[in-house]
Amino acid sequence: MITLTVNGKAHQFNDDGEMPLLWALRDVLKYSGTKYGCGKGLCGACTVHVDGQPIRSCITPVSAIAEQKITTIEGLSEQGEHPVQQAWQSLNVPQCGYCQSGQIMSAVALLDRNAKPNDQDIDLAMSGNICRCGTYQRIKKAIHLAADLATEVKGS
Amino acid sequence: MKKIENVSRRGFLKKLGISSTALVLGVQLPSMLTIPKALAGSLATDKFAPNVYVQIGTDNIVSIVVHRSEMGQGIRTSIPMIVADELGADWEKIDIVQGLGDKKYGSQNTDGSRSVRRFYQPLREAGASARMMLQQAAANRWHVDVSETKADNNFIIHETSGRQLSFGSLVPAASKMALPEASALILKAKQDFKFIGKSDVALVDGEKIATGATVFGFDVELDNMQYAVIARPPVLAAKVKSFNADAAKAINGVVDIVQLADLEEPAVFKPLGGVAVIATNTWAAIKGREALDVQWHESEHQVYNSDTYKEALAKGCDNPAKVLRSKGDVAKALSDAKQVLKASYYVPELIHVPMEPPAATAHYHDGIFDIWACTQTPQSAQGTVAQITGVAAENINVNVTLLGGGFGRKSKPDFVVEAAILSKQLNVPIKVLWTREDEIRNGYYHAASYQKLAAGIDERGQVSAWQHHVAEPPIGATFSKGADLIGSEASLGLIDMPYDIANVRCAIGKAPAHTRIGWMRSVTNINHAFAVCSFADELANAKHQDSKAHLLTLIGKDRKIDFSTENAEYSNYGETLDKFPVETARMKAVIEKASDMAKWGRKLPKGHGLGIAMHRSFVSYVACVVEVSENSDGKIKVHDVWMAVDCGLAVNPERIRSQMEGAAIFGLSLTFFSELTANNGVIEQSNFDGYQIARYSDAPTTHVEIIASDAAPGGVGEPGVPPIAPAICNAIFNATGKRYRELPLKQYGIV
Ligand code: FES
Ligand code: FES
Repeated sequence: MITLTVNGKAHQFNDDGEMPLLWALRDVLKYSGTKYGCGKGLCGACTVHVDGQPIRSCITPVSAIAEQKITTIEGLSEQGEHPVQQAWQSLNVPQCGYCQSGQIMSAVALLDRNAKPNDQDIDLAMSGNICRCGTYQRIKKAIHLAADLATEVKGS
Repeated sequence: MKKIENVSRRGFLKKLGISSTALVLGVQLPSMLTIPKALAGSLATDKFAPNVYVQIGTDNIVSIVVHRSEMGQGIRTSIPMIVADELGADWEKIDIVQGLGDKKYGSQNTDGSRSVRRFYQPLREAGASARMMLQQAAANRWHVDVSETKADNNFIIHETSGRQLSFGSLVPAASKMALPEASALILKAKQDFKFIGKSDVALVDGEKIATGATVFGFDVELDNMQYAVIARPPVLAAKVKSFNADAAKAINGVVDIVQLADLEEPAVFKPLGGVAVIATNTWAAIKGREALDVQWHESEHQVYNSDTYKEALAKGCDNPAKVLRSKGDVAKALSDAKQVLKASYYVPELIHVPMEPPAATAHYHDGIFDIWACTQTPQSAQGTVAQITGVAAENINVNVTLLGGGFGRKSKPDFVVEAAILSKQLNVPIKVLWTREDEIRNGYYHAASYQKLAAGIDERGQVSAWQHHVAEPPIGATFSKGADLIGSEASLGLIDMPYDIANVRCAIGKAPAHTRIGWMRSVTNINHAFAVCSFADELANAKHQDSKAHLLTLIGKDRKIDFSTENAEYSNYGETLDKFPVETARMKAVIEKASDMAKWGRKLPKGHGLGIAMHRSFVSYVACVVEVSENSDGKIKVHDVWMAVDCGLAVNPERIRSQMEGAAIFGLSLTFFSELTANNGVIEQSNFDGYQIARYSDAPTTHVEIIASDAAPGGVGEPGVPPIAPAICNAIFNATGKRYRELPLKQYGIV
């Protein structure tokens, strides 16, 4: 038995420890905000945070998580008030929206370690996240906006 | 705009039941064939069938049915904008109801870039008739003439006295009013629009997407649901020989193994067959499938190898089987020409890779199917499930989830049928999930194509002859086994070449299909426009002329083109030429606009080049200019894309821009990276490592301008794609002097 702490809540997990965290989250624990896109660590749709670090949950077995804290898109804020979520909405970033959970989780992780990333920082940090709809340019803009929003929040 | 609900059919019908608490009204909508008439279609489609609904409750909430599928184009925002505007609704008091698959809505086949094109007028009329009935109800209450009233923010207002009544309070009276005659409908004047044409409307699903709360096809969860992953034939129509059910069942979580009926071609929308692994979770199903070790019989399609197939296509161009457009005498004009230019273009087989692969959940119970799927076409899902399972269509409820991208893949409901068959057989709710490998290896493909062009330049330096031969396996083969000549695809950029040239000949060669051929965002416009717009640029270069100036000359004087005068049967995306003419003035206007945006003709930094292309598709016009540079290692970077679009009246400019931005990336992906190859009938790529698409560092800045127009709204989702590849290759030529005629460009080591 493994205890998985997702968004602050502890869950007992009795299934196959080799199961990738993605499927444990989605099918067993019913956190469907984290998406499947490739299952091979190639697209970033499944990105979640483990102790604040972005990881690809599709290639991370549950057994590798142990005591660490998992944060999914659902746990980023109570009601979508995280600056990144706000920026995404105010710039109408998404098209289909399917990749966006992963994009947002990668963006949040980037801003956590670099409060004012430039375009190159963004390209680098986000290069593992694919958006087939092609929202890259808006995401870049939204990350800059989120950086500004976060500074304002801190400042006020 | 607050809640968004996806109601079940029973609840939905209850809600729409005529009662004094709800004003329900139906409008006539054009109905179109729901099956496979992908895009081009015939003209005889304007039958009239029931009904889209606007519903207003006594609680003053306006429910608007969105009957088209949301896959990123923004239709769940655009349809309510149209209806709410005419109605005079308060945007904060709108509830969006996703329509179930049902003929009463008219066509729900969300492809061919036609949601707004086909429904703008009917949806406005729906809003206007509701508004006029509310106005009449209020006028009666006040004993004033209805012309003294207006609607705004969910109120009917008496202009002179300032009295007002909320929509909700008028519901009982309004529901007793007679429906206004269509001829009596008063539509809003353009200057009074509050939502249509405005750019400040937030995406209705924006908040849910940002919080991970949306439901896509992959996300549907039902009580006692089981998960299915299917081993499908690696070669089209290969039948199952054997498999190891015991090994699969030994996997923890695997519940059942079900062999599906082998596919008999034509494939149509039928499941591909194979063996399904049913499990308590997706991971167990995937592991189970690995353990199955399915052995397959041989299939006639294992002769398919991309390299030899390409050669056969090239030969097909040399011996065209059918001439589809002919004007003047091309053979003579070519032999009389002072200079003859020839070029061949190749675009490989491609696949959609929507970020969300296909997924569908079916629950068969009490003789009824409840289905949830990320489908672009709930009615053909319903129809195909009915046909294959024998359950009557009216007992099949198809709920449309959000689509994690569609691009045409999800307008083929084979995956929905799989879920239905399994649920009926096993008597439990079943979710069928396609892995990325399934999506890439078992798709409906964009056909590989070979094209040979020739042009003559006469003594006066004019292009006097244009010959375009194409060989590509047809979409028709998916619906009629053995079909080997394209049909409707020819109207997508081949026979509608718009240049003013005295002698023109377009012809097609035979090409047998060995995979399921389908339509992918903008379909054969991709390859046809690549060849036509590249070749136009090659002619400019041959004549030592500026690319843009030459393009304008080629297009020629202002006129409306009727290809039927050149022995061509042009389908104009199922529209009449009266309503949607082929106008050269609009072509030139987008070219001028995009050139202005890019400052065409400016001095460029060393190693940089601009390229231009214009293409009309889905009755809209898009020109784009691309700036690229070559670095010292010979690597190409795309810096900026300037796109000018004339799609008639712009209903939702914000989403039009985002569709163009997306089209630029879609086009860039297939220009540089994407390619499928077959080896003995098996697609060799299987995931984003082998089948690559653009990532962040590849993404240019895309600038979009929309031409102001009062023309009828045209398509938006697809027309941005075709001009991208030729504009990039034209820009590379202008930067480097190297002309690339085969995609993707990664084969040349320049990315
Ligand atoms: S699903 Fe995990 S990286 Fe694609
Ligand atoms: S928004 Fe559709 S894949 Fe990114």
